[in-house]
Order: sequence, then C-alpha cells, then structure tokens
Amino acid sequence: MSKTITLFGRLMKHITRSPDTIITVCITPIGIMLMFVYVMGGAVKTSLPAGMNYVSYLLPGILLITIASGTAYTTVRLFSDVATGLFSRFNSMPIKRSAMLWSHVMTSVVSNLISVVIVILVALTMGFRSSAGPLAWLAVAGLVMLFTLTLTWIAVIPGLVAKTVDGAGVYAYPLIFLPFISSAFVPTATMPAAVRAFAENQPVTSIVNTIRALLMRATIGSEIWVALAWCIGIMAVAYVFAMRIYRRRV
Amino acid sequence: MTDTAIEVTGLRKTFAGPKGASTEVLRGVDFTVRRGEIFALLGSNGAGKTTIINILSTLLAADGGSATVAGFDVARQAAQVRENISLTGQFAAVDGILTGRENIVLVAKLRDVPEPTKVADALLARFGLTEAANKRAGAYSGGMTRRLDIAMSLVGTPPVIFLDEPTTGLDPEARLEVWKTVKGLADSGVTILLTTQYLDEAEQLADRVAILHGGTIIVNGTLEELKALLPPAKVEYIEKQPTLEDVFLALVGEKEASSDE
Repeated sequence: MSKTITLFGRLMKHITRSPDTIITVCITPIGIMLMFVYVMGGAVKTSLPAGMNYVSYLLPGILLITIASGTAYTTVRLFSDVATGLFSRFNSMPIKRSAMLWSHVMTSVVSNLISVVIVILVALTMGFRSSAGPLAWLAVAGLVMLFTLTLTWIAVIPGLVAKTVDGAGVYAYPLIFLPFISSAFVPTATMPAAVRAFAENQPVTSIVNTIRALLMRATIGSEIWVALAWCIGIMAVAYVFAMRIYRRRV
Repeated sequence: MTDTAIEVTGLRKTFAGPKGASTEVLRGVDFTVRRGEIFALLGSNGAGKTTIINILSTLLAADGGSATVAGFDVARQAAQVRENISLTGQFAAVDGILTGRENIVLVAKLRDVPEPTKVADALLARFGLTEAANKRAGAYSGGMTRRLDIAMSLVGTPPVIFLDEPTTGLDPEARLEVWKTVKGLADSGVTILLTTQYLDEAEQLADRVAILHGGTIIVNGTLEELKALLPPAKVEYIEKQPTLEDVFLALVGEKEASSDE
C-alpha cells in the first residue's frame, strides 16, 4: 500500500507540473456549457419545467463529459509508462505488481475530482445554484467518484493494449458524446421514438437524472438504483478485463 | 553461497504470431554467469536477447527449461529474484517529468532503502549528474539519461544487474560514457548480464561472451577462447589477430550454411 502511495505521489507530480492536462480537460466541458447556456439556452428553456435554471439543469451532464475527457489522460499516462519501460522497471522490483496500476487509478480519481470542482466553480459564476444539503452533496460526490472509477477501469484497457499514443486516446470520444444523446441537455420527451428509447435506457440518463434530483432536492426515484447498477456492472466487467490484460502484458 | 550468479538451462520460449503462426525464439538456451563477472549475450536484432532478460527478470514466463538468479528460481521464487536484481531495459526507463534526483529517490523509496536523499546524492555524484540533479530528466541528453537509468538500477545495491542493449541509440561519445560506467560497476563486484548487438561492445566490456543465434547459444567463452576457435593468426606482411567480429561472422555464417543443407 505504501508503495502505491509513493507511485501515486509520482503521478500527482505529473499533474501539478503540467497543469495543462487539467486545463485541457476542463476547457471542452466549460466551452460546451457556455455554448449551451448562452447560445441555445433561451430556446431550450421553453421545454424545461417552469422556473428551472438551465445551468443547473445542464451541470450533471457537463460533469460526466469532464470525467470522460479526464480519463482519456489516464489512458495516455498509462500508455506512456508502458511504452517507456517504467512498468517493466517497477515490476522487476520487489514491490507488489498491482501497485503501479493502482497508482494510476488513484491519480485518475483525484485529478478528475479536481477538474469536476473547477467546472462546478465556473458553473457557479454562470448562475448555478443548488439547495442540496451536505448529505445530498455527499451522495453526488459518491456517484461522481463511482462514475470516475468506472470510466477509469475502461480507460486502463486501451492504455495497456494501444500501439500508439493517438490510438490510446481515441476510445474516449464515444464516451464524451454519450451525454449528448441523453437527458443531459434537453428532456428526452421531445426526441423521436427510437432516439428517445436509446436515450432513456443508456447509463448516462439515469446518472444525470439522479445527480440532478440530488442537487435540486427533488425526489430520487428508482433511477438511483439503475445508475448504481450501470456503474458497478460496467466497472466489474472492465476491471476483470483490465486485470486479465495487465497480468498477461506486464 | 555458490560461485554462480545466473544459471540458465534448456530455456525455451515460443511467441504466438498472427493467424496461428508462432515463432520459437528460444530453443533450449544454456549458459552460466559467474558471480562478479560481466557476461555479454551477443546476437543480432530479434535473436531473443531481450526475451532472455525478461524471463530472468521475472517479467515473462518461459515455456520450458529453468533459470536461477542468485540461487532463486525465476518461476517459483520470483519475489526473491526481484530482491536480488535490477533491470535496465532497452529503452532508458526514467520519468521525464521528475528531476534526476527525484527519479533516484523514487526508486530508493520503492526499494525501502534508508535515507533515500543521501543515496540519491551519492549516486548522482558517482555518475556525474550532480549539476543536473534538479533538472527534469526529460531535458537530459541521451548519455545522461542512460547514466541516470543505470544509477537508478544501482539503488539498494542489487547483486545482479541486467543491462539490455545499454548503448543502442546513443552517439559514440555517450557510448564511451556508458562503457566507462559499466567497467566501473564491474570493479564494485556486481554481476552484470549485458546484451548487445555491437561486437566491439562485447569485446570492450565482457569477461565472457555467449553468442545467441537461431535460438541457442552457439559459442560461449572468454574472448581468448573465442579467438582460438579460428585458425591462429597468419603471419603475412602484417600480423592481424581475428577480431571478435571475424569470429562472430564466421560462426554465424557456418551455422547458417549447415542448416541450409
């Protein structure tokens, strides 16, 4: 465990010394948020529940996009450690084999939390308000962390198998776009039947709706269980695959 | 304590290729490295040198045969083997974002070496990196990176060091720097298994040389023994000893000719 922390410290130095990774991660979701709120927000508002503030409506989906683009860097960091031979070096030393992998996972969670906090701060300046109490915020943090872990374990796989650094980052694009076909930006009610069916039954919608309900102090329906099931289910599958590849490759 | 640092017997490894094809890289490799010597594994690209190093450093499982390092079996006692070795891979594995000192301190912490900073300062001084200690390793020249890489391998003074093609990709000057470093290491009593595709490198550094070709060790001995394999020097207008290069090419050529028959 202490070795994992030592290796985690190494990776956090990467983040603090090249803060551009955090900035790059935050800029796209902030840009999307600005565009949707100030360009399309007026038009979208008519289909929102009365009195709903669009920034507040949008934020949960924006946070998921932030995490999806943040975990792309997890893939890149992992890939470069494999490519430079640092994995071989550390794995031929008397430390636990899994320490190196876990240090990447921890770094992913912490750096994504930093990005999420930055995006929330920007949303606050754009008029985001929440009446959620500490418990609801804690639940939001928990769900955000669970989602980060899920995407991180997916991100580990291309990091270990990719042949080039460009290939390593490609997997993240579909994940970044998934929130667009969900309830993240507009209510699903106005979508054509087929799109609506997809939107309402993909993981992002249940996660977005749950976070939104927590922040708005609305009643949290059964969707929280759907959200948890998606996250835990996908994470378990990704974890098993990632570990199998890890044992075989390093 | 025996006199043997590394013992490799009948080592085999086959890699699965695309479409069910497979390549038998190691077809029964045998060699022994004595404690405290520099042993060079010489072979062309793709001969399987790195595969041997990876098996010996517990990163890869062999398909057959056995290998012990410092008396421990690489398959069954991997943890003890890792306590006794240090791997300097084919590509200098340093963290470019960290400074030279931080790289060494990191390894020291991972190896539970007491006083990591002191260890780092001593190694930096020994490898002429004191001035560059607080610069990011990513800004180092090729030779400096390799020296840092080797310095990182010496943390905790492991008795057996694997150097996989330590000078590949270096300019001649950096190459000489690394040679000097390796010679210095040998004086401190560690056992070094070195792989190289450069004949002059083996000739310069190694106490003993083994030539890996076609998946087996085709010859193994001191430089003098290898030279003796060819007819003695002919006295003509000038006397010319066969270089290791002559020996290598003659032996590899012979082997290929006989396998064609």
